[in-house]
Formats: sequence, structure tokens, C-alpha cells
Amino acid sequence: MRTRGFRAVSAVAAGVLVLAACGGQEPEAADDGAVLTLWTRAATESVSKAYADAYNATHRNKVEVTAYPNEEYPAKLASAAGAKSLPDLFAADVVFAPQYASQGLWADVTDRLAALPVKDRLAPSHLGAGTWEGANYALPHTIDLSVLLYNKDLYAKAGLDPEQPPRTLREFADHARAVDRLGGDVNGTYFGGNCGGCVEFTLWPSVWAANGDVLDPEGEEARVDSPEMADVFALYRSLYEEGVAAPASKDEAGPTWLGALQSGNVGIAPAPSVWLDALEQQGLELGVAPISGLAGGESTFVGGDALGIGATTEKVEQAWDFLSWTTSDEAQVEVVAKNKGVPTRTDLADNKYSAADPRTVLINGLVAKGRTPYARNFNVSFNDPQSPWLQTVRGALFGDAGRALADGNTAITKSLQQG
Amino acid sequence: MSTMTTSTPGTPSTRTPPARPESRPARRGRRLRALVGAAYAAPTAVMVCLFFLVPLALVAWMSLHRWPLLGKAKFNAPANYSGIAEDELLRSAAWFTVEYTVVVTVLLFVVAFGLALLVQHRRPGVGFFRTAFFLPMAVGFASASLLFLGLLSDEIGPVTDLLSWLGLVDGYVSWTSGSPDSALASAVVLVLWRFAGFTMLILLTGLHAIPPDVYEAARVDGANRWQTFRRITLPLMRPTIALVLTLMTTGSLLAFDQFWILTRGGPDNSTTSLVMVIYREAFIRLDLGSAAGISVVLLAVLVVFTVLQFRVLRRRSS
Repeated sequence: MRTRGFRAVSAVAAGVLVLAACGGQEPEAADDGAVLTLWTRAATESVSKAYADAYNATHRNKVEVTAYPNEEYPAKLASAAGAKSLPDLFAADVVFAPQYASQGLWADVTDRLAALPVKDRLAPSHLGAGTWEGANYALPHTIDLSVLLYNKDLYAKAGLDPEQPPRTLREFADHARAVDRLGGDVNGTYFGGNCGGCVEFTLWPSVWAANGDVLDPEGEEARVDSPEMADVFALYRSLYEEGVAAPASKDEAGPTWLGALQSGNVGIAPAPSVWLDALEQQGLELGVAPISGLAGGESTFVGGDALGIGATTEKVEQAWDFLSWTTSDEAQVEVVAKNKGVPTRTDLADNKYSAADPRTVLINGLVAKGRTPYARNFNVSFNDPQSPWLQTVRGALFGDAGRALADGNTAITKSLQQG
Repeated sequence: MSTMTTSTPGTPSTRTPPARPESRPARRGRRLRALVGAAYAAPTAVMVCLFFLVPLALVAWMSLHRWPLLGKAKFNAPANYSGIAEDELLRSAAWFTVEYTVVVTVLLFVVAFGLALLVQHRRPGVGFFRTAFFLPMAVGFASASLLFLGLLSDEIGPVTDLLSWLGLVDGYVSWTSGSPDSALASAVVLVLWRFAGFTMLILLTGLHAIPPDVYEAARVDGANRWQTFRRITLPLMRPTIALVLTLMTTGSLLAFDQFWILTRGGPDNSTTSLVMVIYREAFIRLDLGSAAGISVVLLAVLVVFTVLQFRVLRRRSS
């Protein structure tokens, strides 16, 4: 009896010791020298790598970034999920976040996020996109906004004031026409008329700026047949028909969009804010303006990537250590803002780096005015080349506009509601 | 036929000698040979089983379920099959795929057969042409599609510049997405360039298998070139033609790379193939069950099509 009692006491004591040891090691367990794999798409590779380099320099954990071509990335993720071998962390286009969250591809981080001191200062539209049925799955990783970029040299040549960008969408069209009159290789504007993602990114803010809508908040009903959307399409359609928009706009599917603007022959065009740097490296002098509605107002599409912890990983603690670190002042100012990026924290829109360039202040300030549309079936309904949205766009810009919007609305709604 | 059937049904035993009991060593030898044969076939059988039959069974099983990427599958038959009939994109893709298959099969066969006839005989320099025609096969199909995308691009490719220098086109032209016809034509030209040499090679082996004395006899009988081609070359080439046609039609019905890379299925879904729809179901909608359902139907169509094709061609050749 005595021996048995002694054994029982020893076992309990050992258990207590083990638990105490584990408890004692908890803070260290998050940064224990683990190697973390992070997948992202090529478009945001540089930002993910900058985050990883800065984190690796100050932590024992090591984050290894692998980027995949943009178009192939969703298939790569789906294959990895099917094989139950998702990376420890993976980023995704923020508009696809609800789909991945609903499929359970990211680990639930609701409790961890609730304990994060900066929770209420993270870009709200991104946080919303990473939420499914009240639970949080992803945090904002990179932010890319749609803005108007205009070529100051072409503005001056066309007799426009390079310091006076358009304040309404009608003014935007007038400025584009004025630049187009320069003739030669110069075109007034350019857009991705064969690319669903490009059109939603650049045209929807004009609808929002006019207090219109394209989608209901639940992402189950399309509203692309609204008068506001029809007006915006009609304006771009007239620019194409007048030859003010470059002829290649009709076939632009995305890959040569940046190249067309880099040529320096486009007067003014809606485009991703992250291209500002790449375009200026080509020697262009550019101005930045918010995208406006037909008669005024301003808005933006808050795009970019959301980052979450892969649902199949066993390194949740370590992955969260990195994920939470990306929201820190250190990461947002010294990594994102320093590299001319848009901070994912609204309280850091004004920082020591942004102050140097008023255009950056303008871009950062738009985050609060913009939106990120939310729909579980967003990719299949809007971004995919076979999506009903792209068919609607093609009809509205180059075909029977009235029918395209009415039929398109029905088709998109059906696609959004598909199980 | 009737002169051949002289025996009365039901009386074969009167003609064959009574079976003698097989000796034990002979039986053992036969069994050993059978075992050796099975051992030789085993690696292939295992591979076929592992990489064809098992995945096939899995796809059939998946097609009966709602199959999420993670989590438990739920039986939902026949939803994945009944949904096929309502899918408008799938219908247009099926029609386009058939159209593309007919166009490519006819053109590829004519071009490849023409090339095979051109380089059929050993002449000085013929080796160079055979190699040149076959060389595109050395380029991966995805790489070849990317190559054509670059060549045909108005921004970076030389084709439009060359044609406008020749005065054949004027201003901006988009070959891969300007119109449904030009998009299809771009893909067809790519496939012809990539596969004509390979098809030519198969047809060439068929041509070389025809004994020269048959041609000799035809010449002696005074047959001209057209008669020789129609009465000798074509009939004796039937098994090879059957093989080539089957390879071309199944390959075309499963078309993916050329449209995925070159046209992205556009403009306006006009070049969306069946396999692209399967890809969309699996990797964009993340509905693996529905993708499996369409795959099973496509497989069934392919099997029926191939069996019919072989039957027709074999019946004709017999």
C-alpha cells in the first residue's frame, strides 16, 4: 500500500512538474526557432519577403516565403488543402478570404485576435473579409488601393494644370479627352476591359462614391443593374467608342496592364496605388487623385492580401507569433511604410515616412473611405475569366449594355448563391 | 463466305482428336511460364492499378458526394450529375470542344498526312525536313502556348508588326482575344505547329509498313499516282489512320493548356473548353464533387467515342 501510495504521489508530482515546465516555457514556445512556410502570390511577394526578412532578423523562428504566379495560386492552395498539406501561413487576395474562411482553410484566430491590443486599429474592411460566421480567420497583410494616376507631362502638353486632378468622373473623362487630342501614340485613358478583377477594382469605387452599390453586404445578391453602375459603364463605353481609351483596353486581360501605363502614353487611368513606384522608376512624373463618382465624392477598392494560419499546421503558436508581429508598429512603419506601402493599421496612416510625400498621405487616408466587397463566391462570380461578371462587363462596355446589366445581375446573383 | 462454312454446327468433336492427359512436367512447365508471364506483367499492372484504376474509382466515388477540401464528404448523389444539365457554361464549352475537335482533327490530319507524303522517300535533305517538322514536339506544350502568346502579342510580339509591314493588317490587332474566330485560329495554328510533326511520324511508320512490291505491282498494272494513293496507300494505312484519329480526337476533347494560357477561354467564353470548366469547378468553385461528376461523364463519352471509332475503322478495313 505504501509503495502504491508513494507511486501515485510521485506520478502526480511529476505531472505537476511537467505542466509547470510547459507553462514556464509558453512564452518561448511561440519563438522556438521553428521554420515557418509562408505562401503568397507573386503580386505581393516583395511585401511578404520584406516582412519575413525583418522578422527573421529579430526572432529565432524563421519564415520562408514561397510565391506562386497570381493565376495559378488559388489552384495551388486548393491542391495543398486537398492533400492536407497547407503551409503554416498563407496569404490570399482579400476578396477570396471569405471563401477560404468558409472552407476552413485557415485556423480560427478569434480568441487570439481578441487579445491583440491593436485589434481595433486594423483595416476594418480587411478584417471583415477574413470573418466567417462571426469567427476571425485572417488578418490584413498588404493593402493595395485603386486610385487615379495621371501623367503630369502629358497634362502640361495638353494645356491642363498638372496640380489640378479631376474631382468628378465627368472631369476625369474631359481630362482624358484633352490628353487624347495630343494625337500620335498618346491615349487619353486605359482600362482592363477583358479582366473582371481589373474592372471591379477600378470602376466600383465610382459607384460607391455616388452612394450606389454593386453587392449586398452578405454577398448573396448582385446589384450591378443599378443606375449608378450603368452610368459608370456608359462613361467608360463612350471613352472607348470615341477612341479616347486605347484600343487595347478592350482586350486587356491584366498581364499587360502595367506595361501599357509604363509606356508613358496614357494621360490618366484608374490603377493600383502600388504601381506608383514602379511607374516612376520608368521616369514618369505622376500625380495621384482619388477615384470619384460621376458628380463627385470619392472612394477606393481596398484590395491587397489577407494572411492566416494554415488549418493543417501544427505550428499554430509560432505562426501566430509572426502574424501578430506583422501588426506591430515596428513592422508597419519600418517595413511597410518605409517601402512606400500602405500600413494595415489605420492609426499609422500618418507616419514619419509618409509625411515626405503628400501623395502617400492621400493614399493612406483613403483606406478609411474605401470598401472591400464581401462574398463567399467572389472569385467564381467576379474574378474568374469565365465569371458572369466578366460577361456583364463585356456586354456593358462593348455590346448590348441594357441587356447585359439585367441578365448579368441575374446570373451573378445565381452564382453568388450557389452552394 | 458460304463455301467456307462446310462443317455442321455441333459436330466439332468428330474432327478433333480426343484430348490426351497432359504429363505432370508439361503441366508444371506451363504453369511456370504463366507465372513468369504474370511476373513480367506485374509492374505494369501495379502501375496501372495505382495510377489509373484507383484514381478512377476515387473520382467516381467523389462524384457521388459533396466533397470539401478539408472535412468530411457528404453523400449527395445524384446532385453532381443533375447539375450538369443546368450548367450553361458547360453546355457552351461542350459545343465549343466538339467544334474545336472537328476543326483540329481534320486540319491536323491533312497537314500531317501531307508532310508524311512529302518526306516519305529517302532523298537528299529529307532527314533535315523530317527533323525540322518533328522539332516543335521537343517544346513542352505549356511553353509552346506561352511562346505563341508572346509572338502574337500586339505589345511584344513580332507577328502583328510583320503583317502590318507586309500591308496585311492595319493598326491594333488582338489575335488571341480580339474575336472568337481569331482566338480559335490562334489555338489551332499553335496545335498544328506543335503536333503536326508528331502525327507525321506515326503516319510515316504506317507508310513505311506498306510493302514496296504492292506499289511495284500497281505501277506495272498502269495505275497513276492518285489511283495508287486511293487504292493502295489509304486502304493499307487504315490501322495507322485509326490510331492517329483516336489520338487526335481524344487529345482535342481534353484540350486545356492552349486555351488556358493563350485565350483564357475568351473572348466572352467563346474558347472555353470542357476541361477548363472541370478546372473551374475544382479549383475556383472548390467543388470537387461537381468536377468529378463532369469528369466521369466526359470519360464515358470518350470511351464510347473511341470504341465507335475503332469499330467503324476496323469494319471498313476488314
